[in-house]
Amino acid sequence: MSFAIRLRHGFPGFDLDVAIEAGPGVTALFGRSGSGKTTIVNAVAGLLRPQAGRVVADGVVLLDTERGLCLPVHRRRIGYVFQDARLFPHLTVRQNLLYGRWFTGKGGARDPGRIVDLLGIGGLMDRRPGGLSGGERQRVALGRAILADPRLLLMDEPLAALDEARKAEILPYLERLRDDLRVPILYVSHSLAEVARLATTVVLLEGGRVTAAGPAQDILSDPTTATGLGLREAGALLTARLVAQEADGLSRLESGAGPVWLPRMEAELGSQVRLRILAQDVMLALLRPEGVSALNILPCVVQDIRLGEGPGALVRLTVGPETLLARVTRRSVAALGLAPGLPVFAVLKAVSVAQENVGRVA
Amino acid sequence: MTDWLSPDEWQAVRLSLRVSLWATAASLPLGVLVAYALARWEFWGKQILNGIVHLPLILPPVVTGYLLLLTFGRQGFVGRFLDEWFGLVFAFRWTGAALAAAVMAFPLMVRAIRLAVEAVDPKLEQAAGTLGASRPWVFATVTLPLILPGIIAGMILAFAKAMGEFGATITFVSNIPGETQTLPSAIYAFLQVPGGEAQASRLVVVAIILATAALLLSEWVSRAVARRIGGA
Repeated sequence: MSFAIRLRHGFPGFDLDVAIEAGPGVTALFGRSGSGKTTIVNAVAGLLRPQAGRVVADGVVLLDTERGLCLPVHRRRIGYVFQDARLFPHLTVRQNLLYGRWFTGKGGARDPGRIVDLLGIGGLMDRRPGGLSGGERQRVALGRAILADPRLLLMDEPLAALDEARKAEILPYLERLRDDLRVPILYVSHSLAEVARLATTVVLLEGGRVTAAGPAQDILSDPTTATGLGLREAGALLTARLVAQEADGLSRLESGAGPVWLPRMEAELGSQVRLRILAQDVMLALLRPEGVSALNILPCVVQDIRLGEGPGALVRLTVGPETLLARVTRRSVAALGLAPGLPVFAVLKAVSVAQENVGRVA
Repeated sequence: MTDWLSPDEWQAVRLSLRVSLWATAASLPLGVLVAYALARWEFWGKQILNGIVHLPLILPPVVTGYLLLLTFGRQGFVGRFLDEWFGLVFAFRWTGAALAAAVMAFPLMVRAIRLAVEAVDPKLEQAAGTLGASRPWVFATVTLPLILPGIIAGMILAFAKAMGEFGATITFVSNIPGETQTLPSAIYAFLQVPGGEAQASRLVVVAIILATAALLLSEWVSRAVARRIGGA
């Protein structure tokens, strides 16, 4: 399943003009507020009619302004998970979940039991939304959207209204949905941590235009786009496999960049995880450092350096097949004589990879 | 119980109940439609419609009754049309009393339902749309259940108002025992004849009981519905 979106819409003082194509998995629309993310999602759902555009999901044309075609909201079969869960207060959780099935006909293609298990909401079925926590509500909203058997699932900042603990509660469920369902997900967010954890494809938006689009690993570890993402948050993605839980509370992972030790993570041995290594947590050394507390010392090669406007610089490093980003000062770049092709050692403290930056991979 | 009121008095009570029930039930669909339109739609003449709906609340009831007589009376243009085409006569019939009660109670009903519609979050209706519900289905499965407390409140208010309607009724359909003599008209009639105070006061007691019962019922129903909707 895949989708293609082409939209043009003028607002006073702001023009949106985008083209996005993506396949299964999570496509993250990332950008500042006002960059046009919600407009795109609303146009795809049919809540807003753009001046020009064409939207195709799963081979079905939902909108084609040239041919004067615009399916109404209820006939698009586009699931929408809103920031506020928008559960129906007069219905129980079960009735909320099955609401969409009244209208899809053919009894719905998805097995409610499986979705309920996947989201861990079996114990809530006879309750009403009024008595649920924010995290529970959002999980029910996810289930409700999926059970309507959508061609494409839209999520507009589904975690933005939740506190950190609730976000951490929902993220694993979103990963499971991404990996277990065949439905493409268009995910709007301005949180880089969420995007890094969930996105298969990343689309960067700025002022109503797409500034970069591509696989998450490429976009997030590209120093040119990293500036647009916010330097403080810049960081590369590393795919690794959990190989051992060691006695002193550390987990050993095998990655393309070599072995990595991190604080114990709860995952099955042998499972693939996705690590987000923040650029500001990576230190560089010309010689292999000795007598340091940092556990992870990875031999790399400098690929390129992007000097910032301030005192900082972003260094892209190649480690085997993987890429890392390091944020250092311009003074250090000069002092170490960093230049493309120079072999260096990247130093990473085990404890600097926060649990929230560890996600699972199918 | 039956011995307590004379047949004449019973007749007035029964007629009042019938007139009020019909007035409430028949005006309900229109009431919901007008309330929804005023709350949600933007259209030309919205303020005019709003004014017309509220007019009976501000006009002297006698004026409303007289206007009804002009329009729905046998010589009135609507009244003649309905009589010729549907055999429906309002003038000096109990149906006319129901019409007068409905018109007088309409603003109260619309106000209560309109407030309820305005309290429904349109975002919920939008969400229902994305789940595949067409506009009529959204109304039936989301809007209607959510405004139910307002509808019930509006119906009971309208019923109570209809039970007490006097001015417009007596002007429009007069005060004919057994046909248009409702409870208030009967009390008024008894007070006009010497020695009628005892009969009048019995009907006053009945009026108080019915009004109190309606009030209690509305409180109870709206609380039960609110519990169902907002409850955990």
